[in-house]
Amino acid sequence: MNTELLGIIATYAITLLIAFPLGRYIAKVFAGQRTLLDFMGPLERGIFRFCGIDPREEMNWKQHLKALLTINMLWFVYAFFLLIFQDKLPLNPDQNVGQTPDLAFNTAISFLVNCNLQHYSGESGVTYFTQLFVITFLQFVSAATGIAALVAVFKALRQKTTSQLGNFWDHLLKTTTRILLPICIVIAGILAFRGTPASFAGKDTIVTLQGDTVQVSRGPAAGMIAIKHLGTNGGGWFGANSIHPLENPDYLTNMTEAIAQLIIPIAMVFALGFFIQRKKFAYVIFGVMTAGMLALLIPTIISEVGGNPAISQMGISQATGAMEGKEVRFGPTATAYWSTITTIVSTGSVNGFHDSTMPMTGMMQLIAMMTNCFYGGCGVGILNYFIFIIIAVFISGLMVGRTPEFMGHKVEAREMKIAAIIALLHPFLILAGTALSSFAIAHGWGAGWATQPGAWLNNPGYHGFSEMLYEYTSAAANNGSGFEGLTDNNIFWNVSTGFVLILSRFLPIIGPVAIAGILASKKHVPESAGTLRTDTATFGIMTFAVIVIIAALAFFPALALGPIAEYFSLY
Amino acid sequence: MKRYFFPALKLTLVLVLLTAGIYPLMIAGIAKMAPGKGDGVTIEKNGLVVGYANVGQQFTGDNYFQSRPSAVGYNSAGSGGSNKGPSNPDYLQVVKDRIDTFLVHNPGVKRSDIPAELVTASGSGLDPHLSPEGALIQVPRIAKLRNIPEQKLRDLVNEQTKAPLAGMFGPATVNVLKLNLALDEIK
Repeated sequence: MNTELLGIIATYAITLLIAFPLGRYIAKVFAGQRTLLDFMGPLERGIFRFCGIDPREEMNWKQHLKALLTINMLWFVYAFFLLIFQDKLPLNPDQNVGQTPDLAFNTAISFLVNCNLQHYSGESGVTYFTQLFVITFLQFVSAATGIAALVAVFKALRQKTTSQLGNFWDHLLKTTTRILLPICIVIAGILAFRGTPASFAGKDTIVTLQGDTVQVSRGPAAGMIAIKHLGTNGGGWFGANSIHPLENPDYLTNMTEAIAQLIIPIAMVFALGFFIQRKKFAYVIFGVMTAGMLALLIPTIISEVGGNPAISQMGISQATGAMEGKEVRFGPTATAYWSTITTIVSTGSVNGFHDSTMPMTGMMQLIAMMTNCFYGGCGVGILNYFIFIIIAVFISGLMVGRTPEFMGHKVEAREMKIAAIIALLHPFLILAGTALSSFAIAHGWGAGWATQPGAWLNNPGYHGFSEMLYEYTSAAANNGSGFEGLTDNNIFWNVSTGFVLILSRFLPIIGPVAIAGILASKKHVPESAGTLRTDTATFGIMTFAVIVIIAALAFFPALALGPIAEYFSLY
Repeated sequence: MKRYFFPALKLTLVLVLLTAGIYPLMIAGIAKMAPGKGDGVTIEKNGLVVGYANVGQQFTGDNYFQSRPSAVGYNSAGSGGSNKGPSNPDYLQVVKDRIDTFLVHNPGVKRSDIPAELVTASGSGLDPHLSPEGALIQVPRIAKLRNIPEQKLRDLVNEQTKAPLAGMFGPATVNVLKLNLALDEIK
């Protein structure tokens, strides 16, 4: 077997070996059981005392959401102003300038919502101060926000009837101190020892072997790159993200970063099983998610290893696959694997540029973000999947003529309305956004804009359309990767994706938490022979079908205009 | 909202201190023990820094092993790829030109033997590596210009080839800067 394929199989195997015990550990942390890191207890208690928080005070679902939204609003204001005034703050050895208001708006939101769409380049668009105090900080707390919300849902599913879903502040802080920080220290250590910069030294200027004078960008990057992956954030220290040889120096760091971005999303599925003591239910979810991943991964590998047919026609054999936008040290197989996992789990970091991948690969990346629930982002992946479960329960119920029930609670009109709105929101935002930008190009809007719509696209034809479709899909999935050829640092893209980002982050958190909260407050109906079981393979297939139908029906026309048309023009 | 505002504000202060203050300092401290002390690993020649081990360099002369095409000219003040789509006609013309140029500079090379990485731009624009094939195909040209037996250069490439991780995972690579430094050592 070739070493490139063996490399990704080993990467995934190690991921599972870490994720399973991590899931058990996470369940213990939030169940308040004893764990290895209990020595953090006094520190956490001190912090709560300073903040005037009683971590044992139980909150209902509405109180959870109020706390969540309040602190997120605060973070937005904090981040926005630091980015604008970054040139007047310390730790700016390269003398980078402050961000424009529209760029700061986009950047602050993008990192707040765990998306990490970057309309700037790390080398010039931010300073070491904002890289740490805005970017790194938000990468920690946005991941913690997603997990904290999910834990509230866990607590709703665990009890027969309850309105007490734990304490939001407690979930938020413990996620940071007990899960994110300790693992990040290990990852950052590995990166630093393989050559990723971690000091505060500014750009270096050197004369190369053949006599060119060039600069080398550096900075305290290792710690940020660790949380960028562990928290499924994805925003890079350097412009080229994890393609950059200092951000991802070799195959070992590539495996480390690929593992880091997948362990929490998978661990949360196992944690669900341990926490609500329904392991089989979790294994079915894991099975469906893994099937989804494989269905996207296999065509991706085949199309990247196969190379670009237009270049084959020039007589180049492409034994190493399609290499445009890729790095020799990873090879096309590892880049294909990364492109799949980074789009299913909403990381959005890249180790090869997606804009230059083959049309089939581009379509798989888009579908991964359109479904957005195969493992999914930190915490929010399962929240998205939860919506599909509710819809699958409802449809199954209708098919067999029974009242739909989930975990011993009747699913009624109010919950279904919320689920339907959330499920439809995602295609609506993506398709409406793409339609708007296409309209601007086609009908010559914005003749007076600084960047005219005609200059947005880096590629003509179907691929140009895919660049716009990708940008809104990435924003709505809170993913953050891009077909980076798009000229996106201008008012139209900064503002329009900014709004897509906010809506597609907070509504899909509010919806599932509300549904779980409402269900948990209902009378518990004991399971009987007539109950539709949700921990069977049949129900797993049912959920998978719901996901496929919603994604396929809503997005097929747009995909046909972009990657599918490009595919048939090339092959 | 007031009930949540002050706890949120204070908790934010603490989290900023933990994640943006203490944590990066701790990592910078750990990195002091790593190669390069966290500043990046440099390569020296005659006591002068000539490059960073992980960052690629441009070699335009035919007497050196040449690196891959780059969208940023190997100046890591920035970084990035071409972001050209696979069906873009302008892009395909650029690739065609690169193939023709390569054939002119390397007479006798068969078109189908040219590795794809030599005619496509890397993602970072700073790719420090070639595949062993990407280096070996340049051997006849350099051997002729430098008057070194081809076999000696092939041995040099093999010597500089880094095997897959643990011999099993990922592709084999050759660091172009290190290869060219070793090339200059050959008398």
